[in-house]
Amino acid sequence: MEYTYYPGCSLHSVHKPYDISCRAVFKALGINLIEIEDWNCCGATFYMSIDEVTSIAVAARNLALAEKYNLDLIAPCSSCFTILNKANKFMKNNETLFLSVNRVLREVGLEYKLSVRVRHPLDVLVNDIGFEIIKLNVKKSLSGLRIANYYGCQIVRPDKYFDDRENPTSMDNLFEMLGAKSVYYPAKVKCCGGMLPTIKEEIADDLIFEILYRAKENNADLIVTTCPLCQMNLEAYQKKVEDKFKEKINIPIYYFTQVLGVALGLNENDLAINKNFILSEKLEKIIKEESTLEV
Amino acid sequence: MQREYIFPGQLIQREAELKSQFLSHVEFVPEGERIKQCIQCGTCTGSCPVSFAMDITPREIIALFRAGEIQKILNSEAIWLCVSCYSCQTRCPQQIRLTDIFYVLKQLAIQNKIFSKTIKVHQLRETFLTMLNEYGRLNETLLMIKFILKTNPLKGIRFLPLATKLMIKGRLSFRNKGIKNKEVLRSIIKKSKEISLPVEKFKPSYKEDAVGYKAIS
Repeated sequence: MEYTYYPGCSLHSVHKPYDISCRAVFKALGINLIEIEDWNCCGATFYMSIDEVTSIAVAARNLALAEKYNLDLIAPCSSCFTILNKANKFMKNNETLFLSVNRVLREVGLEYKLSVRVRHPLDVLVNDIGFEIIKLNVKKSLSGLRIANYYGCQIVRPDKYFDDRENPTSMDNLFEMLGAKSVYYPAKVKCCGGMLPTIKEEIADDLIFEILYRAKENNADLIVTTCPLCQMNLEAYQKKVEDKFKEKINIPIYYFTQVLGVALGLNENDLAINKNFILSEKLEKIIKEESTLEV
Repeated sequence: MQREYIFPGQLIQREAELKSQFLSHVEFVPEGERIKQCIQCGTCTGSCPVSFAMDITPREIIALFRAGEIQKILNSEAIWLCVSCYSCQTRCPQQIRLTDIFYVLKQLAIQNKIFSKTIKVHQLRETFLTMLNEYGRLNETLLMIKFILKTNPLKGIRFLPLATKLMIKGRLSFRNKGIKNKEVLRSIIKKSKEISLPVEKFKPSYKEDAVGYKAIS
């Protein structure tokens, strides 16, 4: 199996560990990821608030570049995932918009025919590859690990992409299958505040605290997340909200691909786990263990 | 300011203009016209993670729009606080695409040069877009540095411990190589801005009398 891959700007800078672990996991499962050549920034939420045609055109260049491969496109960053899906949806809905964007693209020798399906790696892992094939590649059991599965906003909303919008379960099931316990976690689709810690921190603190506290309350050993921005907010501002709300939390935040990679027998360097701020003792122990399961 | 007296059911000139601008943007939003089906139930406000900090809540925004008070919405802080979590849009029983409508309101505010004084999202966006135009890709480290220098360097000191930690972990990079075809992307941006579709091109059927008020042109 093959997919095109759109890492996005975040995964090329601060969130390198997500990129590294994502590629490692797919490689371990025998899936080939082809990075789109010369992709550009998707425009994030900012271009959307300036002008529709420009925002869609910036995103559509990537879609046009991906279309040549005739494969599904994997976008691990939640924001890129939403923006690219949104570009597809807006163009399908409005022919004038679609034609105008294509007129702009044609001037630089590109064309987009609306055929690219934008997918999230979690969706591909659970629904395309499937539990049976993942199970065949599992080297270590995650038993004893209590995981809080945090999905964030933009891979489950606004449209129903591949999971329930209020109570998604695909990641819970994935880690249960790997032997871990997915704890009850009412904050799984709550908002982490996005860019608010940068522009209005006092509001963001409340949001971040709730997400962390709910995980601690249910005795989770770690939180796994699917979004680079959520990982940053929950990890980097954890100390700050601990001080503000006078509550010790100290919970590690992993990208879901890192924890999945551990189960697939990959080592710390393959998954760039050392780049995380807080490490889970239990997970470290599992990494150091010899493979216990028969292949 | 001189008060403009109007008859019931009529909008003042400024509001009529804003309304027509608004409706021409809403045209792009799939099922954007659903805004007229709002039942004022407040599910959006109840679902919004930041409504507790808003000066006017999402439900009130639709109410103000109906009352012909778009100017008031644009002057609010609320539209800049929206973090695009799409909770309101997902839960709305009338399936109003509220988050997308928030984007429309932001566009309208930017077009009319109305910015929030306390929420610095405008400066962040400017920095972001300048970098995107220049390199085609973002570098979060450089973005943050430029943003902090632009807004409040003294307050930016609070990010130092975090930056140090990230640096030790090897997660910071101070180089933005950008994409290869920078010119291509720049021309896409430039050309697409030129074809910002003219308002007159769209004459949606629901434009008149859609929300109980007739706009005078």
